[in-house]
Amino acid sequence: MAITYTSGEQVEVYRFSLPATILIPLIAVFLQAWVPLRFHFFSIFDLPLLITIFFAMARRSQIAGLLTGALIGVLQDSLTHQPIGLYGLSKTVVGYGASSLGVKLDAENAGARLLLTLFFYVVHEVVYFLIARGLVSLHMEWSWQHELWSGLANAFLGVILYAVLDRFKQRT
Amino acid sequence: MDVLGRYKNLIVLAAVLFAQILGLAVQVKRSTDPESSRLIRVWAVGAVTPFEKALVWIQSSTGNLWHSYLYLRGVRVENRQLKEQIERMRLEQVRLSQDADQARRLQALLAFKEQFISQTMAAQVIGLSGSEQSRSVYIDKGEKDGIKPDMAVITADGVVGKVLHVYGSTSLVLLISDQSSGVGAILEKSRLQGILRGTPAGEVTLEKIMSDETVLPGEPVLTSGGDRIFPKGLSIGTVTRVVPGSESFLTIRVKPAADLSKLEEVLVVTRIDERQAEPEQSGPMRAVDILAERLPSVPPKPENAPAGTATAKPPGTTQNPSASALSGTAAPAVSGANSAAGPDAKPKTPAPASGGPPVARKPAATGPGASTAGGSPQVKISQKTAKPPAEPKPQPPPEDNPQ
Repeated sequence: MAITYTSGEQVEVYRFSLPATILIPLIAVFLQAWVPLRFHFFSIFDLPLLITIFFAMARRSQIAGLLTGALIGVLQDSLTHQPIGLYGLSKTVVGYGASSLGVKLDAENAGARLLLTLFFYVVHEVVYFLIARGLVSLHMEWSWQHELWSGLANAFLGVILYAVLDRFKQRT
Repeated sequence: MDVLGRYKNLIVLAAVLFAQILGLAVQVKRSTDPESSRLIRVWAVGAVTPFEKALVWIQSSTGNLWHSYLYLRGVRVENRQLKEQIERMRLEQVRLSQDADQARRLQALLAFKEQFISQTMAAQVIGLSGSEQSRSVYIDKGEKDGIKPDMAVITADGVVGKVLHVYGSTSLVLLISDQSSGVGAILEKSRLQGILRGTPAGEVTLEKIMSDETVLPGEPVLTSGGDRIFPKGLSIGTVTRVVPGSESFLTIRVKPAADLSKLEEVLVVTRIDERQAEPEQSGPMRAVDILAERLPSVPPKPENAPAGTATAKPPGTTQNPSASALSGTAAPAVSGANSAAGPDAKPKTPAPASGGPPVARKPAATGPGASTAGGSPQVKISQKTAKPPAEPKPQPPPEDNPQ
Protein backbone atom coordinates (compact mmCIF):
# COMPACT_ATOMS: atom_id res chain seq x y z
CA MET A 1 0.00 0.00 0.00
CA ALA A 2 1.19 3.51 -0.78
CA ILE A 3 0.40 6.84 0.86
CA THR A 4 -1.00 9.58 -1.36
CA TYR A 5 -0.39 13.32 -1.20
CA THR A 6 -4.02 14.16 -1.84
CA SER A 7 -5.96 11.99 0.57
CA GLY A 8 -3.40 11.34 3.21
CA GLU A 9 -4.64 7.78 3.31
CA GLN A 10 -3.13 4.59 2.07
CA VAL A 11 -4.23 3.59 -1.41
CA GLU A 12 -4.69 0.16 -2.81
CA VAL A 13 -2.21 -1.39 -5.20
CA TYR A 14 -4.02 -3.57 -7.68
CA ARG A 15 -2.99 -6.43 -9.88
CA PHE A 16 -4.62 -8.08 -12.88
CA SER A 17 -5.07 -11.65 -14.00
CA LEU A 18 -2.82 -12.93 -16.78
CA PRO A 19 -5.61 -13.11 -19.40
CA ALA A 20 -6.64 -9.53 -18.60
CA THR A 21 -3.01 -8.36 -18.74
CA ILE A 22 -2.53 -9.84 -22.20
CA LEU A 23 -5.97 -9.52 -23.77
CA ILE A 24 -6.92 -5.97 -22.76
CA PRO A 25 -3.93 -4.34 -24.51
CA LEU A 26 -4.35 -6.63 -27.52
CA ILE A 27 -8.02 -5.76 -27.83
CA ALA A 28 -7.18 -2.07 -27.49
CA VAL A 29 -4.62 -2.23 -30.32
CA PHE A 30 -7.04 -4.27 -32.40
CA LEU A 31 -9.90 -1.79 -31.90
CA GLN A 32 -7.57 1.09 -32.67
CA ALA A 33 -6.78 -0.50 -36.02
CA TRP A 34 -10.27 -1.68 -36.87
CA VAL A 35 -12.87 0.78 -35.61
CA PRO A 36 -11.60 3.85 -37.58
CA LEU A 37 -12.14 1.81 -40.72
CA ARG A 38 -15.89 2.02 -40.10
CA PHE A 39 -16.07 5.18 -37.98
CA HIS A 40 -13.43 7.59 -39.18
CA PHE A 41 -13.80 9.99 -36.24
CA PHE A 42 -12.53 7.24 -33.92
CA SER A 43 -8.98 7.84 -35.14
CA ILE A 44 -8.87 10.83 -32.76
CA PHE A 45 -8.76 8.39 -29.83
CA ASP A 46 -5.69 6.52 -28.66
CA LEU A 47 -7.01 3.44 -26.89
CA PRO A 48 -3.56 1.87 -26.30
CA LEU A 49 -2.52 5.07 -24.50
CA LEU A 50 -5.60 4.97 -22.27
CA ILE A 51 -4.87 1.34 -21.41
CA THR A 52 -1.26 2.22 -20.61
CA ILE A 53 -2.36 4.99 -18.25
CA PHE A 54 -4.94 2.77 -16.60
CA PHE A 55 -2.58 -0.13 -15.93
CA ALA A 56 0.19 2.19 -14.74
CA MET A 57 -2.05 4.05 -12.30
CA ALA A 58 -3.69 0.88 -10.98
CA ARG A 59 -0.50 -1.08 -10.40
CA ARG A 60 1.39 1.89 -8.98
CA SER A 61 4.68 0.29 -9.88
CA GLN A 62 7.02 2.35 -12.01
CA ILE A 63 8.80 -0.62 -13.56
CA ALA A 64 5.54 -2.38 -14.36
CA GLY A 65 4.15 0.87 -15.76
CA LEU A 66 7.06 1.62 -18.06
CA LEU A 67 7.29 -1.98 -19.27
CA THR A 68 3.55 -2.06 -19.98
CA GLY A 69 3.86 1.19 -21.91
CA ALA A 70 6.89 -0.05 -23.84
CA LEU A 71 5.22 -3.31 -24.87
CA ILE A 72 1.93 -1.71 -25.88
CA GLY A 73 3.78 1.01 -27.77
CA VAL A 74 5.98 -1.46 -29.65
CA LEU A 75 2.91 -3.50 -30.55
CA GLN A 76 1.24 -0.36 -31.88
CA ASP A 77 4.39 0.58 -33.80
CA SER A 78 4.53 -2.84 -35.39
CA LEU A 79 1.27 -2.25 -37.23
CA THR A 80 2.49 0.96 -38.82
CA HIS A 81 5.08 1.28 -41.56
CA GLN A 82 7.23 3.62 -39.49
CA PRO A 83 10.25 2.58 -37.42
CA ILE A 84 9.45 0.62 -34.28
CA GLY A 85 10.03 2.72 -31.20
CA LEU A 86 8.09 5.92 -31.83
CA TYR A 87 5.05 4.87 -29.84
CA GLY A 88 7.23 2.59 -27.72
CA LEU A 89 9.32 5.45 -26.36
CA SER A 90 6.33 7.76 -25.88
CA LYS A 91 4.31 5.19 -23.99
CA THR A 92 7.29 4.14 -21.90
CA VAL A 93 7.57 7.71 -20.65
CA VAL A 94 3.81 7.90 -20.06
CA GLY A 95 3.76 4.55 -18.26
CA TYR A 96 6.56 5.63 -15.96
CA GLY A 97 4.97 9.00 -15.30
CA ALA A 98 1.47 7.66 -14.72
CA SER A 99 2.66 5.02 -12.26
CA SER A 100 4.80 7.62 -10.46
CA LEU A 101 1.78 9.90 -10.06
CA GLY A 102 -0.44 6.92 -9.27
CA VAL A 103 1.70 6.26 -6.23
CA LYS A 104 1.36 9.81 -4.98
CA LEU A 105 -2.16 10.78 -6.05
CA ASP A 106 -5.52 9.24 -5.47
CA ALA A 107 -6.49 8.54 -9.03
CA GLU A 108 -9.71 6.71 -8.27
CA ASN A 109 -12.18 9.52 -8.79
CA ALA A 110 -13.43 10.68 -12.16
CA GLY A 111 -12.13 14.25 -11.91
CA ALA A 112 -8.57 13.21 -11.17
CA ARG A 113 -8.70 10.64 -13.93
CA LEU A 114 -9.94 13.22 -16.42
CA LEU A 115 -7.14 15.66 -15.63
CA LEU A 116 -4.45 12.98 -15.50
CA THR A 117 -5.50 11.51 -18.82
CA LEU A 118 -5.55 14.95 -20.45
CA PHE A 119 -2.11 15.70 -19.03
CA PHE A 120 -0.58 12.41 -20.12
CA TYR A 121 -2.16 12.63 -23.55
CA VAL A 122 -0.37 15.93 -24.13
CA VAL A 123 2.87 14.49 -22.70
CA HIS A 124 2.56 11.53 -25.05
CA GLU A 125 2.02 13.75 -28.07
CA VAL A 126 4.91 16.04 -27.17
CA VAL A 127 7.31 13.10 -26.71
CA TYR A 128 6.11 11.49 -29.94
CA PHE A 129 6.50 14.78 -31.82
CA LEU A 130 10.03 15.32 -30.52
CA ILE A 131 11.16 11.80 -31.34
CA ALA A 132 9.54 11.83 -34.76
CA ARG A 133 11.07 15.17 -35.66
CA GLY A 134 14.41 14.68 -33.95
CA LEU A 135 15.26 11.05 -34.49
CA VAL A 136 13.28 9.92 -37.51
CA SER A 137 13.07 13.24 -39.41
CA LEU A 138 9.36 12.93 -40.01
CA HIS A 139 7.57 16.07 -41.13
CA MET A 140 5.01 16.79 -38.47
CA GLU A 141 2.82 19.74 -37.69
CA TRP A 142 1.96 20.74 -34.14
CA SER A 143 -1.36 22.34 -33.33
CA TRP A 144 -2.16 23.10 -29.69
CA GLN A 145 -5.82 23.43 -30.53
CA HIS A 146 -5.97 20.00 -32.13
CA GLU A 147 -3.99 18.39 -29.34
CA LEU A 148 -6.12 19.88 -26.60
CA TRP A 149 -9.39 18.88 -28.23
CA SER A 150 -8.05 15.39 -28.85
CA GLY A 151 -6.79 15.28 -25.28
CA LEU A 152 -10.20 16.23 -23.92
CA ALA A 153 -11.94 13.65 -26.09
CA ASN A 154 -9.51 10.99 -24.90
CA ALA A 155 -9.90 12.08 -21.29
CA PHE A 156 -13.68 11.73 -21.41
CA LEU A 157 -13.42 8.36 -23.09
CA GLY A 158 -10.79 7.38 -20.54
CA VAL A 159 -13.09 8.11 -17.59
CA ILE A 160 -15.73 5.81 -19.06
CA LEU A 161 -13.22 3.16 -20.03
CA TYR A 162 -11.52 3.13 -16.63
CA ALA A 163 -14.88 2.59 -14.94
CA VAL A 164 -15.36 -0.51 -17.09
CA LEU A 165 -11.81 -1.75 -16.59
CA ASP A 166 -12.07 -1.32 -12.80
CA ARG A 167 -13.99 -4.60 -12.83
CA PHE A 168 -10.82 -6.44 -13.79
CA LYS A 169 -8.86 -5.14 -10.82
CA GLN A 170 -7.81 -7.59 -8.16
CA ARG A 171 -6.71 -6.51 -4.69
CA THR A 172 -3.20 -7.50 -3.71
CA MET B 1 24.35 -1.86 -4.28
CA ASP B 2 22.32 0.50 -2.15
CA VAL B 3 22.50 3.14 -4.88
CA LEU B 4 21.35 0.62 -7.47
CA GLY B 5 18.43 -0.37 -5.30
CA ARG B 6 17.51 3.23 -4.62
CA TYR B 7 17.54 4.24 -8.29
CA LYS B 8 16.34 0.93 -9.62
CA ASN B 9 13.26 2.41 -11.29
CA LEU B 10 15.18 5.16 -13.00
CA ILE B 11 17.87 2.74 -14.15
CA VAL B 12 15.25 0.44 -15.70
CA LEU B 13 13.59 3.44 -17.35
CA ALA B 14 16.90 4.60 -18.80
CA ALA B 15 17.72 1.08 -20.00
CA VAL B 16 14.36 0.61 -21.73
CA LEU B 17 14.54 4.05 -23.35
CA PHE B 18 18.13 3.47 -24.44
CA ALA B 19 17.28 0.09 -25.97
CA GLN B 20 14.43 1.59 -27.97
CA ILE B 21 16.46 4.57 -29.14
CA LEU B 22 19.18 2.18 -30.23
CA GLY B 23 16.65 0.08 -32.11
CA LEU B 24 15.20 3.20 -33.69
CA ALA B 25 18.63 4.35 -34.80
CA VAL B 26 19.36 0.99 -36.40
CA GLN B 27 16.07 1.08 -38.29
CA VAL B 28 16.60 4.63 -39.48
CA LYS B 29 20.10 3.75 -40.66
CA ARG B 30 18.81 0.69 -42.50
CA SER B 31 15.75 2.41 -43.84
CA THR B 32 16.05 0.56 -47.14
CA ASP B 33 16.11 -2.80 -45.40
CA PRO B 34 12.63 -3.66 -44.10
CA GLU B 35 13.92 -6.96 -42.72
CA SER B 36 15.53 -5.27 -39.70
CA SER B 37 12.25 -5.27 -37.79
CA ARG B 38 10.41 -7.91 -39.75
CA LEU B 39 10.05 -10.47 -36.97
CA ILE B 40 8.31 -8.12 -34.54
CA ARG B 41 6.00 -6.88 -37.26
CA VAL B 42 5.09 -10.42 -38.33
CA TRP B 43 4.20 -11.30 -34.74
CA ALA B 44 2.12 -8.17 -34.24
CA VAL B 45 0.32 -8.53 -37.55
CA GLY B 46 -0.24 -12.23 -36.85
CA ALA B 47 -1.79 -11.37 -33.48
CA VAL B 48 -4.15 -8.67 -34.70
CA THR B 49 -5.19 -9.35 -38.29
CA PRO B 50 -6.98 -12.71 -37.74
CA PHE B 51 -9.50 -10.92 -35.55
CA GLU B 52 -9.88 -8.19 -38.15
CA LYS B 53 -10.43 -10.74 -40.89
CA ALA B 54 -13.03 -12.57 -38.84
CA LEU B 55 -14.93 -9.39 -38.04
CA VAL B 56 -14.85 -8.16 -41.63
CA TRP B 57 -16.08 -11.56 -42.80
CA ILE B 58 -18.97 -11.53 -40.36
CA GLN B 59 -19.85 -7.99 -41.30
CA SER B 60 -19.75 -8.59 -45.05
CA SER B 61 -21.71 -11.86 -44.75
CA THR B 62 -24.43 -10.17 -42.73
CA GLY B 63 -24.50 -7.27 -45.18
CA ASN B 64 -24.74 -9.61 -48.16
CA LEU B 65 -27.57 -11.56 -46.57
CA TRP B 66 -29.49 -8.37 -45.90
CA HIS B 67 -28.91 -6.67 -49.23
CA SER B 68 -29.09 -9.75 -51.47
CA TYR B 69 -32.00 -11.62 -49.94
CA LEU B 70 -33.94 -9.49 -47.50
CA TYR B 71 -33.82 -5.81 -48.40
CA LEU B 72 -34.79 -5.80 -52.11
CA ARG B 73 -37.01 -2.71 -52.09
CA GLY B 74 -36.75 -0.77 -55.33
CA VAL B 75 -34.67 -3.41 -57.10
CA ARG B 76 -37.09 -3.77 -60.01
CA VAL B 77 -37.14 -0.04 -60.66
CA GLU B 78 -33.37 0.09 -60.37
CA ASN B 79 -33.08 -2.86 -62.71
CA ARG B 80 -35.21 -1.14 -65.34
CA GLN B 81 -33.21 2.07 -65.04
CA LEU B 82 -29.95 0.18 -65.38
CA LYS B 83 -31.18 -1.60 -68.49
CA GLU B 84 -32.02 1.74 -70.03
CA GLN B 85 -28.61 3.01 -69.02
CA ILE B 86 -26.95 0.01 -70.66
CA GLU B 87 -28.74 0.78 -73.90
CA ARG B 88 -27.60 4.38 -73.82
CA MET B 89 -24.05 3.35 -73.02
CA ARG B 90 -23.94 0.84 -75.85
CA LEU B 91 -24.77 3.59 -78.31
CA GLU B 92 -22.10 5.74 -76.73
CA GLN B 93 -19.64 2.88 -76.96
CA VAL B 94 -20.03 2.72 -80.72
CA ARG B 95 -18.79 6.27 -81.02
CA LEU B 96 -15.96 5.73 -78.58
CA SER B 97 -14.81 2.49 -80.17
CA GLN B 98 -14.43 4.23 -83.50
CA ASP B 99 -12.24 6.86 -81.84
CA ALA B 100 -10.26 4.13 -80.12
CA ASP B 101 -9.73 2.27 -83.38
CA GLN B 102 -8.41 5.39 -84.97
CA ALA B 103 -6.06 5.98 -82.03
CA ARG B 104 -4.80 2.40 -82.20
CA ARG B 105 -4.10 2.70 -85.92
CA LEU B 106 -2.08 5.85 -85.28
CA GLN B 107 -0.23 4.24 -82.38
CA ALA B 108 0.60 1.24 -84.53
CA LEU B 109 2.03 3.55 -87.15
CA LEU B 110 4.25 5.15 -84.51
CA ALA B 111 5.28 1.77 -83.04
CA PHE B 112 3.89 3.05 -79.78
CA LYS B 113 4.30 0.78 -76.78
CA GLU B 114 1.72 1.10 -74.08
CA GLN B 115 1.21 -0.31 -70.64
CA PHE B 116 -2.05 -1.91 -69.64
CA ILE B 117 -3.36 -3.71 -66.62
CA SER B 118 -3.62 -7.33 -67.55
CA GLN B 119 -4.43 -8.85 -64.18
CA THR B 120 -5.84 -7.61 -60.91
CA MET B 121 -6.87 -9.24 -57.67
CA ALA B 122 -9.76 -8.06 -55.53
CA ALA B 123 -8.95 -7.64 -51.85
CA GLN B 124 -10.87 -6.61 -48.79
CA VAL B 125 -9.58 -3.87 -46.50
CA ILE B 126 -9.52 -5.39 -43.02
CA GLY B 127 -7.90 -2.71 -40.90
CA LEU B 128 -5.83 0.42 -40.56
CA SER B 129 -2.40 0.96 -39.07
CA GLY B 130 -4.04 2.60 -36.06
CA SER B 131 -1.95 5.75 -36.26
CA GLU B 132 -2.74 9.14 -37.75
CA GLN B 133 0.91 9.48 -38.71
CA SER B 134 0.93 6.27 -40.71
CA ARG B 135 -1.69 6.36 -43.41
CA SER B 136 -1.82 2.76 -44.47
CA VAL B 137 -4.35 -0.07 -44.55
CA TYR B 138 -4.21 -3.83 -44.29
CA ILE B 139 -5.78 -6.02 -46.98
CA ASP B 140 -6.71 -9.67 -46.72
CA LYS B 141 -4.38 -10.87 -49.48
CA GLY B 142 -0.72 -11.65 -48.98
CA GLU B 143 2.23 -13.68 -50.11
CA LYS B 144 0.12 -16.84 -50.47
CA ASP B 145 -2.08 -15.05 -52.99
CA GLY B 146 0.83 -13.81 -55.06
CA ILE B 147 0.98 -10.27 -53.74
CA LYS B 148 4.40 -8.64 -53.91
CA PRO B 149 5.78 -5.32 -52.67
CA ASP B 150 5.34 -2.28 -54.92
CA MET B 151 2.21 -3.56 -56.61
CA ALA B 152 -0.29 -0.81 -57.38
CA VAL B 153 -3.59 -0.75 -55.47
CA ILE B 154 -6.60 0.92 -57.04
CA THR B 155 -10.38 1.10 -56.86
CA ALA B 156 -12.95 1.70 -59.54
CA ASP B 157 -12.69 5.41 -58.72
CA GLY B 158 -8.93 5.83 -58.80
CA VAL B 159 -5.53 5.16 -57.33
CA VAL B 160 -5.31 4.12 -53.67
CA GLY B 161 -1.65 3.37 -53.03
CA LYS B 162 0.94 0.65 -53.30
CA VAL B 163 1.77 -2.55 -51.44
CA LEU B 164 4.49 -1.84 -48.89
CA HIS B 165 4.92 -4.94 -46.74
CA VAL B 166 3.70 -8.41 -47.59
CA TYR B 167 2.95 -11.03 -44.93
CA GLY B 168 1.59 -14.55 -45.23
CA SER B 169 -2.06 -13.77 -45.77
CA THR B 170 -2.17 -10.01 -45.37
CA SER B 171 -0.40 -7.00 -46.83
CA LEU B 172 0.18 -3.43 -45.76
CA VAL B 173 -0.83 -0.86 -48.37
CA LEU B 174 0.69 2.61 -48.20
CA LEU B 175 -1.93 5.18 -49.16
CA ILE B 176 -1.16 8.06 -51.51
CA SER B 177 -2.04 10.44 -48.66
CA ASP B 178 0.89 9.25 -46.54
CA GLN B 179 3.79 11.68 -46.39
CA SER B 180 6.29 9.00 -47.43
CA SER B 181 4.41 8.07 -50.61
CA GLY B 182 5.15 9.40 -54.07
CA VAL B 183 3.28 8.90 -57.33
CA GLY B 184 4.24 10.12 -60.78
CA ALA B 185 1.34 12.31 -61.92
CA ILE B 186 0.29 14.31 -64.93
CA LEU B 187 -2.37 16.98 -65.33
CA GLU B 188 -4.87 15.82 -67.91
CA LYS B 189 -5.36 19.05 -69.85
CA SER B 190 -2.09 20.94 -69.48
CA ARG B 191 0.01 17.70 -69.58
CA LEU B 192 2.29 19.06 -66.86
CA GLN B 193 4.07 16.36 -64.92
CA GLY B 194 4.80 16.36 -61.20
CA ILE B 195 5.05 14.19 -58.13
CA LEU B 196 2.06 13.48 -55.96
CA ARG B 197 2.84 13.40 -52.23
CA GLY B 198 0.92 13.13 -49.00
CA THR B 199 1.14 15.71 -46.23
CA PRO B 200 1.37 15.17 -42.46
CA ALA B 201 -2.28 16.21 -42.26
CA GLY B 202 -3.30 13.49 -44.70
CA GLU B 203 -3.91 15.74 -47.68
CA VAL B 204 -2.52 15.11 -51.15
CA THR B 205 -0.41 17.64 -53.05
CA LEU B 206 1.12 17.76 -56.49
CA GLU B 207 4.69 19.01 -56.38
CA LYS B 208 7.48 19.98 -58.76
CA ILE B 209 5.37 22.08 -61.11
CA MET B 210 6.90 25.47 -61.84
CA SER B 211 5.09 28.52 -60.56
CA ASP B 212 4.97 30.15 -64.00
CA GLU B 213 2.67 27.40 -65.25
CA THR B 214 -1.08 27.83 -65.23
CA VAL B 215 -3.02 25.20 -63.34
CA LEU B 216 -6.71 25.65 -62.69
CA PRO B 217 -8.83 24.05 -59.99
CA GLY B 218 -11.00 21.26 -61.31
CA GLU B 219 -8.38 19.84 -63.64
CA PRO B 220 -8.15 16.04 -63.42
CA VAL B 221 -4.86 14.46 -62.33
CA LEU B 222 -3.79 11.13 -63.79
CA THR B 223 -0.88 8.77 -63.24
CA SER B 224 2.02 9.48 -65.55
CA GLY B 225 3.50 5.99 -65.46
CA GLY B 226 6.91 7.42 -64.68
CA ASP B 227 7.18 5.68 -61.32
CA ARG B 228 6.96 2.23 -62.94
CA ILE B 229 4.37 1.21 -60.35
CA PHE B 230 1.14 2.73 -61.60
CA PRO B 231 0.27 2.36 -65.30
CA LYS B 232 -0.22 5.57 -67.17
CA GLY B 233 -3.66 7.13 -67.32
CA LEU B 234 -5.25 6.01 -64.06
CA SER B 235 -7.34 8.62 -62.33
CA ILE B 236 -5.79 10.07 -59.18
CA GLY B 237 -8.06 12.97 -58.39
CA THR B 238 -8.91 16.58 -59.12
CA VAL B 239 -7.07 19.81 -58.44
CA THR B 240 -8.83 21.74 -55.67
CA ARG B 241 -6.47 24.59 -54.83
CA VAL B 242 -3.35 26.14 -56.35
CA VAL B 243 -1.05 28.35 -54.31
CA PRO B 244 2.55 29.48 -54.83
CA GLY B 245 4.89 27.20 -52.91
CA SER B 246 8.55 27.31 -52.03
CA GLU B 247 11.47 27.42 -54.46
CA SER B 248 9.42 28.70 -57.39
CA PHE B 249 7.17 25.67 -57.44
CA LEU B 250 3.41 25.57 -57.13
CA THR B 251 1.68 23.82 -54.27
CA ILE B 252 -1.30 22.09 -55.81
CA ARG B 253 -3.84 20.44 -53.54
CA VAL B 254 -5.51 17.39 -55.05
CA LYS B 255 -8.68 15.71 -53.91
CA PRO B 256 -8.21 11.97 -54.42
CA ALA B 257 -10.77 10.32 -56.69
CA ALA B 258 -10.92 7.29 -54.42
CA ASP B 259 -12.35 7.94 -50.97
CA LEU B 260 -9.35 6.94 -48.88
CA SER B 261 -11.23 7.22 -45.61
CA LYS B 262 -13.91 4.73 -46.61
CA LEU B 263 -12.05 1.96 -48.34
CA GLU B 264 -13.72 -1.43 -48.31
CA GLU B 265 -12.66 -3.29 -51.41
CA VAL B 266 -9.62 -2.59 -53.55
CA LEU B 267 -7.93 -4.09 -56.58
CA VAL B 268 -4.28 -5.05 -56.47
CA VAL B 269 -2.67 -4.81 -59.90
CA THR B 270 -0.80 -8.09 -60.04
CA ARG B 271 0.41 -7.81 -63.62
CA ILE B 272 1.10 -4.94 -65.97
CA ASP B 273 1.95 -5.81 -69.54
CA GLU B 274 3.50 -3.69 -72.18
CA ARG B 275 2.90 -4.22 -75.85
CA GLN B 276 2.79 -2.45 -79.11
CA ALA B 277 -0.54 -1.14 -80.24
CA GLU B 278 -2.30 -3.11 -82.96
CA PRO B 279 -5.11 -1.79 -85.08
CA GLU B 280 -8.49 -3.37 -84.45
CA GLN B 281 -9.08 -6.22 -86.87
CA SER B 282 -12.83 -6.41 -86.56
CA GLY B 283 -15.04 -4.07 -88.51
CA PRO B 284 -16.60 -1.11 -86.82
CA MET B 285 -19.98 -1.58 -85.27
CA ARG B 286 -22.48 0.95 -86.46
CA ALA B 287 -25.14 2.72 -84.50
CA VAL B 288 -27.71 1.13 -86.74
CA ASP B 289 -26.48 -2.29 -85.60
CA ILE B 290 -27.19 -1.41 -82.03
CA LEU B 291 -30.56 0.01 -82.90
CA ALA B 292 -31.41 -3.11 -84.89
CA GLU B 293 -30.83 -5.21 -81.81
CA ARG B 294 -33.39 -3.19 -79.99
CA LEU B 295 -36.09 -3.61 -82.62
CA PRO B 296 -38.99 -5.80 -81.61
CA SER B 297 -39.07 -8.98 -83.62
CA VAL B 298 -41.44 -11.85 -84.26
CA PRO B 299 -39.86 -15.21 -83.60
CA PRO B 300 -40.03 -17.67 -86.53
CA LYS B 301 -42.88 -20.08 -86.45
CA PRO B 302 -42.01 -23.64 -85.62
CA GLU B 303 -42.62 -26.05 -88.45
CA ASN B 304 -45.19 -28.13 -86.60
CA ALA B 305 -46.99 -25.22 -85.01
CA PRO B 306 -50.59 -24.73 -86.04
CA ALA B 307 -51.27 -21.85 -88.33
CA GLY B 308 -51.99 -18.56 -86.63
CA THR B 309 -50.23 -19.56 -83.41
CA ALA B 310 -47.05 -17.77 -82.41
CA THR B 311 -44.93 -19.98 -80.20
CA ALA B 312 -41.93 -18.43 -78.57
CA LYS B 313 -38.81 -20.55 -78.46
CA PRO B 314 -36.76 -20.71 -75.33
CA PRO B 315 -34.26 -17.92 -74.92
CA GLY B 316 -30.86 -18.62 -76.33
CA THR B 317 -32.14 -20.67 -79.20
CA THR B 318 -34.11 -18.15 -81.22
CA GLN B 319 -32.32 -16.09 -83.82
CA ASN B 320 -33.99 -13.13 -85.34
CA PRO B 321 -33.04 -13.36 -88.99
CA SER B 322 -33.95 -9.85 -89.87
CA ALA B 323 -32.05 -8.37 -86.96
CA SER B 324 -29.13 -10.66 -87.58
CA ALA B 325 -28.92 -9.76 -91.18
CA LEU B 326 -29.20 -6.10 -90.46
CA SER B 327 -26.81 -5.98 -87.62
CA GLY B 328 -24.44 -8.74 -88.47
CA THR B 329 -24.28 -9.69 -84.83
CA ALA B 330 -26.12 -12.05 -82.63
CA ALA B 331 -28.82 -9.98 -81.07
CA PRO B 332 -28.10 -10.47 -77.42
CA ALA B 333 -31.44 -9.44 -76.10
CA VAL B 334 -33.11 -12.09 -78.21
CA SER B 335 -30.75 -14.87 -78.92
CA GLY B 336 -28.20 -15.13 -76.18
CA ALA B 337 -24.45 -15.01 -76.32
CA ASN B 338 -23.63 -18.17 -78.15
CA SER B 339 -26.19 -18.10 -80.91
CA ALA B 340 -24.81 -18.81 -84.30
CA ALA B 341 -24.84 -15.80 -86.52
CA GLY B 342 -25.40 -16.09 -90.19
CA PRO B 343 -22.50 -16.80 -92.53
CA ASP B 344 -22.25 -13.17 -93.48
CA ALA B 345 -22.32 -12.02 -89.90
CA LYS B 346 -19.60 -9.80 -88.58
CA PRO B 347 -17.65 -10.88 -85.54
CA LYS B 348 -19.21 -10.06 -82.27
CA THR B 349 -18.17 -6.99 -80.44
CA PRO B 350 -17.59 -7.46 -76.75
CA ALA B 351 -20.25 -6.04 -74.55
CA PRO B 352 -19.43 -2.74 -72.91
CA ALA B 353 -17.88 -2.70 -69.45
CA SER B 354 -17.38 -6.43 -69.53
CA GLY B 355 -13.62 -6.48 -69.92
CA GLY B 356 -11.49 -8.55 -72.18
CA PRO B 357 -8.50 -7.82 -74.31
CA PRO B 358 -9.94 -5.20 -76.65
CA VAL B 359 -11.00 -3.06 -73.72
CA ALA B 360 -7.92 -3.71 -71.63
CA ARG B 361 -5.63 -2.63 -74.41
CA LYS B 362 -6.03 1.05 -73.67
CA PRO B 363 -5.40 1.93 -70.05
CA ALA B 364 -7.42 5.11 -70.02
CA ALA B 365 -10.43 3.34 -71.39
CA THR B 366 -9.97 0.25 -69.33
CA GLY B 367 -11.11 1.37 -65.95
CA PRO B 368 -9.79 -0.40 -62.94
CA GLY B 369 -12.36 -3.13 -62.94
CA ALA B 370 -12.29 -3.94 -66.60
CA SER B 371 -9.85 -6.80 -66.53
CA THR B 372 -9.94 -8.50 -63.23
CA ALA B 373 -9.06 -11.88 -61.95
CA GLY B 374 -10.55 -13.38 -58.89
CA GLY B 375 -13.52 -11.07 -58.70
CA SER B 376 -13.85 -7.34 -58.59
CA PRO B 377 -16.21 -4.70 -57.31
CA GLN B 378 -17.96 -4.90 -60.64
CA VAL B 379 -18.83 -8.47 -59.89
CA LYS B 380 -20.54 -7.28 -56.79
CA ILE B 381 -22.44 -4.63 -58.67
CA SER B 382 -23.64 -7.13 -61.23
CA GLN B 383 -25.03 -9.33 -58.49
CA LYS B 384 -27.10 -6.48 -57.25
CA THR B 385 -28.32 -5.21 -60.57
CA ALA B 386 -29.42 -8.50 -62.11
CA LYS B 387 -28.15 -8.57 -65.67
CA PRO B 388 -30.54 -9.16 -68.52
CA PRO B 389 -30.85 -12.90 -69.11
CA ALA B 390 -29.48 -12.90 -72.63
CA GLU B 391 -26.55 -10.52 -72.10
CA PRO B 392 -23.65 -11.81 -74.22
CA LYS B 393 -20.54 -12.88 -72.38
CA PRO B 394 -17.28 -11.13 -73.21
CA GLN B 395 -15.46 -12.89 -75.96
CA PRO B 396 -11.96 -12.49 -77.27
CA PRO B 397 -11.57 -10.85 -80.64
CA PRO B 398 -11.95 -13.32 -83.46
CA GLU B 399 -8.87 -14.81 -85.01
CA ASP B 400 -10.06 -14.47 -88.54
CA ASN B 401 -12.33 -11.88 -89.96
CA PRO B 402 -14.93 -13.30 -92.29
CA GLN B 403 -15.17 -10.08 -94.15
